[in-house]
Amino acid sequence: MEFLLALLFGVLLSAAIYLLMARSLARSILGLLLLGNAANIAIIASGRVLGWAPPLVAPGANALVADASNPLPQALVLTAIVISFGLTAYVMVLSWAVWRGKGTLDTEALRVAEPRGLPAADAREAAEAETLAADLLPTRTGAR
Amino acid sequence: MATRADWLLALPLLLPLLACAATAALQSRRDLQRGITAVTAVGLLLASAALVAEVIARGVIASQMGQWPAPFGITLVADLFAASMVAITALMYAATALYARGDTDVLENEALWHPLLAALALGVGGAFLAGDLFNLYVWFEVMLIASFGLIVLGGGREQLDGAVKYAMLNLLATTVFLISVGMMYGLTGTLNLADMARRIPEIENQGAVAAVAFLMLAAFGAKAAVFPLFFWLPASYHTAIAPVAAIFAALLTKVGVYALIRIVTLLLPEGHAWVAPLMWFLAAGTMVVGVLGAAAHWEIRRILSFHIISQIGYMIVGIAIATPLALAGAVLYMLHHIVVKANLFLVAGVIRRAGGTFSLATLGGLWRRDPWLGLLFAIPALSLAGIPPFSGFWAKLFVLKSGFDAGWYVLAGIALATGILTLYSMLKIWMEAFWKEVPEGTPELPPITGATRWLLLAPVAGLGLITITIGLWTEPFAAFALAAGEQLASREAYITAVMGVIRP
Repeated sequence: MEFLLALLFGVLLSAAIYLLMARSLARSILGLLLLGNAANIAIIASGRVLGWAPPLVAPGANALVADASNPLPQALVLTAIVISFGLTAYVMVLSWAVWRGKGTLDTEALRVAEPRGLPAADAREAAEAETLAADLLPTRTGAR
Repeated sequence: MATRADWLLALPLLLPLLACAATAALQSRRDLQRGITAVTAVGLLLASAALVAEVIARGVIASQMGQWPAPFGITLVADLFAASMVAITALMYAATALYARGDTDVLENEALWHPLLAALALGVGGAFLAGDLFNLYVWFEVMLIASFGLIVLGGGREQLDGAVKYAMLNLLATTVFLISVGMMYGLTGTLNLADMARRIPEIENQGAVAAVAFLMLAAFGAKAAVFPLFFWLPASYHTAIAPVAAIFAALLTKVGVYALIRIVTLLLPEGHAWVAPLMWFLAAGTMVVGVLGAAAHWEIRRILSFHIISQIGYMIVGIAIATPLALAGAVLYMLHHIVVKANLFLVAGVIRRAGGTFSLATLGGLWRRDPWLGLLFAIPALSLAGIPPFSGFWAKLFVLKSGFDAGWYVLAGIALATGILTLYSMLKIWMEAFWKEVPEGTPELPPITGATRWLLLAPVAGLGLITITIGLWTEPFAAFALAAGEQLASREAYITAVMGVIRP
């Protein structure tokens, strides 16, 4: 069982890294999702996997029976799933906003905050690179 | 029964938690939101001051939430280092909240600003006080969620662009941290940091410990913007609005450094010879790359962002050498750096208000127009470069002294050279923005007047005053840092405070 989980962890991890290195933001988000699940598998595998008795302390006893399952990794994974769900939702909304503004999710095209031509040799060139990047933009959505 | 220590440890988290909930519920009531934030700022300052006083008087204090005994429940711990970080978090919360009252970018988005700022303070404070690894992860996430909201506040296009990179790389780092948490649990059977510190020497397979620890250091290194994992920082920080950039620059990377120091001192004290050379390499790379990156840029916030990175390098020097004096240097450096860096970003916001831009090419003549602003920029700028009599001089002195004492001459030399290049960057901003004549074609903006001027400049002046105080009245701060360094170097007090008496 541990071997299978380790294998699954490896497969998920390599798929996640492959996707994260893609130029498309959508693929990177999928990679992030897979990575989150790889992390969950790692936590489950780190706890004791093969415990079949429910983790309940019998009346009068003050410890679990020997082959009880370990409830802690489950609690950790539950927390991690919720957090990764929320954060992935945020990143998806963020990339949707980028898509709406620029019409592309190619990370090579996302150069507004880091325009080409920077760093520059002097103040004038740097300012030109920044203005050029700003001029290519549609008007801003929010205030400011 | 909740004891005094329980309250002291819980209050720095309870106050921002309540403030976040209340201000999030009262988004349509601007006046109430402002009132709550003001009360929270004062309360947080008092609570953290009480915490620092208690830790100075009684040593490391720990509190078991819900009375669950130590390795099983959630533990909050404060030693001198953690308590001082909580106090400085409260200070940053107050300073940025005050500045935000005069900042137009915030005023246009104020409904969300208040709950997000409180949530950020909650996450940062929680990370400093967390006594177990999984809670550290959760606090990191709280901090991250709040920062995701803050970085896009204002909704500019370049903010979306920066936020994508910020979010992706930070999520990657946190997930790597989560994987390492799971594996460390598998190795030691515990999540409590103090318990883990006791059990790690008993593990036979120290190679596995080293591998998992390395994974953890990589995750925290990315958070701390350490070379070569810093790329997200200069890609995103300059896009945030001024008070957001200030509190990010002050606190977020420092939480990563805090976690690095905690892990290295607590979990990897001896027997792991690879840590020191690795840290040597990271410290040197971080200092050099950061300062050279800053030298190549001509936009104030980009320059300041790169300087965050180079300054992180000095703190890593402290971790690399890891003598009590070096750790004291790292602590003092963090305290000094948080104040100075936040101040510089706040001043940058005022410069933009006065001159209309962050670009050094179009700025000019600010010294003639507003000498007070020039003075308030000069204090943190010279302190950042390590010029006496400001706080940066003493912080650098601690780090360099520990470096020379330990015989790490090359690293100390790199640190000195980095200081000189820092001065070059600060002089560049000074010459271009304040000293040279106004370039032709730059429109003259009306001067900042009235209450707005006071709201913007009061926190800047206050933080500048702290910088001067640390610089001129160094004794108590140096003594505090030395005591904190001693505490970090010998981990017994921390373990005993959490676990009770160590079993033979």
